[in-house]
Order: sequence, then structure tokens, then C-alpha cells
Amino acid sequence: MCFEAKRLIKLALGPVLMLMGATVMAAGGEVNQMNMSPGVTEVGKQIFDLHMIILGICTIIGIGVFGVMFYSIIYHRKSKGVTPATFHESTTVEIAWTVIPFLILIGMAVPATSTLLSIYDHDEAEMDILVTGYQWKWKYEYLDEDGENVSFFSNLRTPRSEIYNTEKKGEHYLLEVDEPVVIPENTKVRFLITANDVIHSWWVPELAVKKDAIPGFINEAWTRTSEAGIYRGQCAELCGKDHGFMPIVVNVVSRQEYDEWLGAKQTEAAEIKALMAQTFTMDELMERGKAVYDRNCLACHGANGEGGVGTPIADSAIATGELGGHLDVGINGVPGTAMQAFGGQLNDVDMAAVVTYQRNAFGNNMGDMVQPIDVFNHKKG
Amino acid sequence: MGDHHHGPAKGLGRWLFTTNHKDIGTMYLWFSFAMFILGGFFAMVIRAELFQPGMQLVDPAFFNQMTTLHGLVMVFGAIMPSFVGLANWLIPMMIGAPDMALPRMNNWSFWILPPTFLLLASTLFMEGGAPAFGWTFYAPLSTTYAPPSVTFFIFSVHVLGLSSIMGSINIIATVMNMRAPGMTYMKMPLFVWTWLITAFLLVAVMPVLAGAVTMMLMDIHFGTSFFSAAGGGDPVLFQHVFWFFGHPEVYIIILPAFGVVSQIIPAFSRKPLFGYDSMVYATASIAFLSFIVWAHHMYTVGMPIAGELFFMYATMLIAVPTGVKVFNWVSTMWRGALSFETPMLFSLGFLVLFTLGGFTGLMLSIAPSDFQYHDSYFVVAHFHYVMVAGAVFSMTAAVYYWLPKWCGRMYNESMGKTHFWISFIGFNLTFFPQHFVGLAGMPRRIPDYALQFTDFNMMSSVGAFIYGASQILFLYNVIATIVAGKPVSDEKVWDGAEGLEWTLPTPAPYHTFETPPKIDPAHAHS
Repeated sequence: MCFEAKRLIKLALGPVLMLMGATVMAAGGEVNQMNMSPGVTEVGKQIFDLHMIILGICTIIGIGVFGVMFYSIIYHRKSKGVTPATFHESTTVEIAWTVIPFLILIGMAVPATSTLLSIYDHDEAEMDILVTGYQWKWKYEYLDEDGENVSFFSNLRTPRSEIYNTEKKGEHYLLEVDEPVVIPENTKVRFLITANDVIHSWWVPELAVKKDAIPGFINEAWTRTSEAGIYRGQCAELCGKDHGFMPIVVNVVSRQEYDEWLGAKQTEAAEIKALMAQTFTMDELMERGKAVYDRNCLACHGANGEGGVGTPIADSAIATGELGGHLDVGINGVPGTAMQAFGGQLNDVDMAAVVTYQRNAFGNNMGDMVQPIDVFNHKKG
Repeated sequence: MGDHHHGPAKGLGRWLFTTNHKDIGTMYLWFSFAMFILGGFFAMVIRAELFQPGMQLVDPAFFNQMTTLHGLVMVFGAIMPSFVGLANWLIPMMIGAPDMALPRMNNWSFWILPPTFLLLASTLFMEGGAPAFGWTFYAPLSTTYAPPSVTFFIFSVHVLGLSSIMGSINIIATVMNMRAPGMTYMKMPLFVWTWLITAFLLVAVMPVLAGAVTMMLMDIHFGTSFFSAAGGGDPVLFQHVFWFFGHPEVYIIILPAFGVVSQIIPAFSRKPLFGYDSMVYATASIAFLSFIVWAHHMYTVGMPIAGELFFMYATMLIAVPTGVKVFNWVSTMWRGALSFETPMLFSLGFLVLFTLGGFTGLMLSIAPSDFQYHDSYFVVAHFHYVMVAGAVFSMTAAVYYWLPKWCGRMYNESMGKTHFWISFIGFNLTFFPQHFVGLAGMPRRIPDYALQFTDFNMMSSVGAFIYGASQILFLYNVIATIVAGKPVSDEKVWDGAEGLEWTLPTPAPYHTFETPPKIDPAHAHS
């Protein structure tokens, strides 16, 4: 490389490094954020540092290459009347620019390997959460807690009116859920990640976790942070129509708040159990049923049961046919289609309500009611 | 020989039954341009929907069909056939052969393409819609959960593979058997070399793709469970098989582009290509490495750490031969006598932007950082820098460079330069901000996005419309040249151009090199 080129490199380096510094400061889930966020975990910070090192090396190499190139473009022009040189090979140079990049790569591989080792250190987690991807929502199950089993689905909370532009979009548009997953701070939490239907991917940038959720496989990822807060992410693997509408919200709280939350969830679970034994009126079932429908069925079957990805429910043979058949579709799904088995997703109260609702809404007028006990008996066979 | 030189047949029959490499090359080029416009139209739908948050123009299901068809049409319909067209036109002329080795198969490998893409496009009008599972069609989204049109998609992929394999065999046979006496391998123009290596890659991996879609077909219709965990199969197997095809595939796309700029940069630097031998070896090394890096597309599937490390190290290695190529191009320019006609501008655009794409590629190869980059817009930005600014820019350069030779007429230079600058600005405005939103956490393939990504997405959409519109200028310029461009009769067209094709009369006659040219043994490669 000639002397002029070296000078060019030095001149150009200053402002670029300043620019890089400015980008770092702008990081952190902001509007118009331009760089990766270091996030709130040790691993996330390591990844961020690695990212900046590689970016820096690439920038320096780029300045060198482009420096020489633009020097040629400016000074070695035909219009300046230059006579072209005739040299066209140099074994020494070729060996140099094979060996030097190789050495630079080794330099990059060292921090990369150590960061990867920390990502893969799944050992000694203090608690496990089973994360299951569904089309198009996430289910969280807390595996290691004593007492009532806690598991719930986490659905997109952004209303359709915001998505379809009839209402002003809220601050956390598309990144808000009805029920966030809650974890305690300063605790190594292991996520066991799988899927029920197609492949999804559980990604929370600030926690530096991205792992594919694959049906039939259980993947592992972990996080630990000392910073309480709400961290938002999205499904990262194309999983069908509403791939863009299944966000992830993780609420990191103090140990005490976590215990309180867990206690409340367990009480709630116990209450649902009690509800299962009750008999509901038509109005109660319809009201609950509409809420369940909007959360679980609407995406495929339409706001008015008109269908979409799924078949129509209004005036359908199933919803206006024999009750057992309708329950069967709801509980077991239709294998080979996008219609999932909701038996494991909805509790018996919600299942009873939504089936009742489907049989008595959208112009369907069967007049019959399903009670939780009917669902329970149907499941038993 | 006697006087039985004849021109082309008249009418439609000329094109249907032709076995002439120039005619077939021309058809490939026009077909690929039509597909480029179609795929570009799909991209415009995507960018229009993403112009602002919220769903405005299409529904999410249709959006997914657009992203899927955009990818499929651009990769298999636009870029690949365009380089096959270029190979058809140029390889016989560059190695001093009268035609391709297998001219009738050549006719077939082209003519099965248009009906196939018609079939693929017709899925848009089928019940359940077109394929909506991304151009990578991961199972089980593309099997159990796919629309019925997936079967037509599978058939299309089979036929496209057939076409590619036939085209490749033809190229291999031509290069191996039809070189003029004295045209040794190490004298072949670099474009011929890169295509020879590409053809081997195609023959090696197209059957793998055919295997993947056949397994899908079996899963969908014949009750097997290759990719279904419920039946004892393995959804991750699909990804391994797909990317064993898919990674070499991206080099299939970029290697001929390397070949093109290796012809053009020396011509407008008026200086021989620097490091010809090392260019050949670097191309071969890239081709070899392409077979052992596939799982870098799958860092997040839950591979064991040994696998992650192997694929990371192997992928990083690709930077070495790719770097050699970039250094050689820059050294070719060094102390040359440069001029900046449209082909050179597009080649320099290639050089700068492909290098940027190479840098982001190196960043993506680092497995731990990839946990944050994977499936984000950072990846989208990366591969458009190498696919569009790489392959498409070099293809555009090629058309401007050889068009005067092909039709004996000169294109409008200032319109060509305008086309370059609008493309360059539009392209960067589209894809540079995508690095930012990707790093900030925007996943790819989503029809709607959170509010903090709004400004950069708007910029992207405006850029995309500019880049799209600039292609109208290109089309106009090419047609105007063919119809009424200023006639050129100079054999060389460009004063710095080297190679056998520039020893032929301009425009290139219908039949060329019926008797092999004499190759000066002292003369180095072109």
C-alpha cells in the first residue's frame, strides 16, 4: 500500500470512530435506534462488545480497501492522461493478503468462541420455564414451583382497531400482551423452548435470547439479569399468517414481587378448578365465550365467524350440527390443518363458553348450552 | 466450407425451435428481465405495505405470499436465468467455439422455464393462495400447514432444477470440449472460469433441492413423516437438506457476477486483471467452502456447541478467498488509466456494495452475535447487498458492456449513467436503513411493525420505489438501443476490451467461429 493511501486511512479513521461512538450511546430500545442494544444481561453485553469489535475491524479494513480504490478513481484517470501500468501479478502480495486476513480471523475467533461458550452454559439454572410456540401465541409453564401448577397463554393485546388504523396506535403497538411472562431478577432462569405446530423462534433482544421453538424438540436458553423492567420481543421465525403478531413480553421483578405474583397465579388456578364444578347461565357463557373467541379463534375464523385462514363458523355444519362433533373439533383440532387442538390450551370453563358462543352467535341459533362438566366428560370419552 | 452461411429462420419458429446459442441467450435475458419486473412488483407491494405501521393495502396472508414469491421469482426466475443467458451468449464467443456443445438440450432448458413460472404465478389465483412459507419453505409450515398450492410449487421447483441441471451440463460440456486450439484452461477468460465452477456447483446441489421437495411431496400426499416430529421425523432435517443446497446456491448466483466484473474492471482500467491465477484458485476455494458452511443459517436451531464452532470457523474462512478477489480487483485499478462508462460505474457499484455485504456476512458468521442478528432485518440488508448490489448490478454492467457487441448499436451513455446513479442512491436508501432496524430488533418477514421502526421503514420504501422506477429507464435504454441506437462497427467497441469476442465483427454475426480462431500462445489470458 502506498504512502498516500496510508495517510488517507489515518485521516478517515477519526470521524468514523466518532460516529461509532455516537451509535453506541444511542442504543437501548429507542425510537430510530441504529445499533444493537447491549441489553441487560452479562451475555448480552459480551455479544454487544463482540459485535462492536467485528464491526470496528471491518470498518478499518473497509477504509483501507476503499481508500486505495478511491485514490485510484481520483488520480489514475484516463482523462488525466496517465499511461496505464502493465503489472498484473505478484506472488508475494497474494500470499500476504491471504495470510494477513487469516490471522485477523483467528483474532476474531478467540472472543467469538468464548462468548459462545457462555451462551451455551445452561447449567445450574435456578428455575425452568417451558415456552411453547403456538400459531400465534406463546404458552408459558412454570415447572419447578410447588403447589398449584401455573401455566398460561400470552396473546397479542393490541386491538384490531389499532392494527387496521381506525384507532390511534398505542406506545407499545404490537409489542404488548395480555399476560407477560414474569421472572425474578438475579436468578438464572432456563427456558425450555418448543412448539406445538410449526417452527417459531423466541427472541427478546434485551435479554440476548433467541432460540428456535421446534415441534418435537426441546431447546434450551437461559438468562439472568439484575435489572428489573419490562423487556419486549417478537417471534423471529416465519410461522404463518400472524407471525408478526405474536410478541413476547418478559417482566423482570424483584424476588418478593415474583413470589406474590406466583401466589396470585396459583390462587387463580385454584379458582378455575372451582369454577369447573359450577353451572353457568346462557348469558354468562356468551359473555365469557365472546372474550375467549376474540382471543383464540378470531385470527383465523374472522370477527363475525366469516372465516379466513379457517373455515367460516357462521352457518357452518359443525357449529350448527351435533354438539359432540363440535366439542370434538374444539378439543382435538383437525389433524393436518391449521385447526389446533384447543383441549390443552383452554380450560374447561373457557371451552364450554366458546363452544356455546359459537353455536349461538353470528346468526347461529342453536339455543343449546355447554357446561364445563360436559367438556370434562367429553374429554374423558 | 462453401457458402452456406445462413441467418436465422423467420417468424415465431425461429425462437421456438432455435438451437443457436445467441438466440437462446437472448431469450434467457428477456425472460429473466420479465421475471425481474414481476419479482420487483412483488417487492413494491411489500414496501408499500411497510411504508407505515398498521395494515393498509394487503392482509398478512397475502403479504406472506408476496415475500415468498418475491424471493422465489428473483432467485430462480431473474438472477439465475439472466446469468445462464449471459453464459449462452458469451462462452462460445469467449472460447472460440461455434455454439454450445448440446444445442438441442439448450433449447429445452430454456423453453421449460416460461411454463413453469406461469404455473408458479398461477398459484396466486388458487384457493388458499400462493405459497406463503418464505422462499426457504421450512417444514412443517410448508407441509402440514401449507396451502394446497404447495404441490404446484413442488412441481415448479422440480422443473426449474431440471432446467438448471441441463444448462449446467451444457456449459461443462462446452467448456471442456469446445475450446479453440491453444485456449488452455489457464487462458480462459475469468467469466468462463467462474461459470465452469458454478455449473459444477449446480449439478451437485440441484438434486439435493429436488430431494428436499420430493420428501415434502411424500409427507403431504403419501403419508410419510420425513419432516413431521409427530410421525418420528425431524423438522430440522429439512433445514439441513435445504441449506446444503441453499448455501452453494448463493455462490451459484454470485460467482458468475465475479466473472463479469473481472472482465469489465480491466477493460476500463486499461490494464490486465491483477492476479488471474489467484482469482481462479479463490473461486474454486469459495466453491469448495460453500459445501461445508450450510448450518451457519441455522445457528439458533439448537445445534451442539461443537457444530456451532465448526460452522462458524468454516464460514469465517470464506472471507479469505473473497478478500483476495476484492484486493485483486482494486489492484487491477491501481495505476490503470480509468474511465467511467456505465458498465464500469455498475462494476464499481458492485465492488463497493458487495464489499459492504461481505463485511456484514463476516459479522453474521460470528455465531454468538448471530443470535441477535438471525432472522432480523440485518440479514435482509446483508443478502440484498450481495444479491442486488452484487449479482444484479454486475448483470446490469454486463448488459451495458456487451450490448453494443450483440446488436451493433451503442446505448445512450448519459441515460446509462443516470440509470446507475438513480439505482445506486435508490438501492442504498432502501437497504442501508434495514441494517439499523435489524440491529434494533425488527424481525424479518413481518407485515407490520412496532412504532420505533417507522422512519427507517419509510426511508426504505421510498428508496425501493426509486430503485424500482430506475429499471424503467434501463428497459427504455435497451429497447431504444436495439431499435435506433447509434451504429457501432468497431470490433472492439471499448478500447480496453480484451478477449476473443472482441475479435468478431460488430454486431456479432448469427454464426461465429465456424472455423476455430488462432490463439497466440504468447498472449496471456484475457
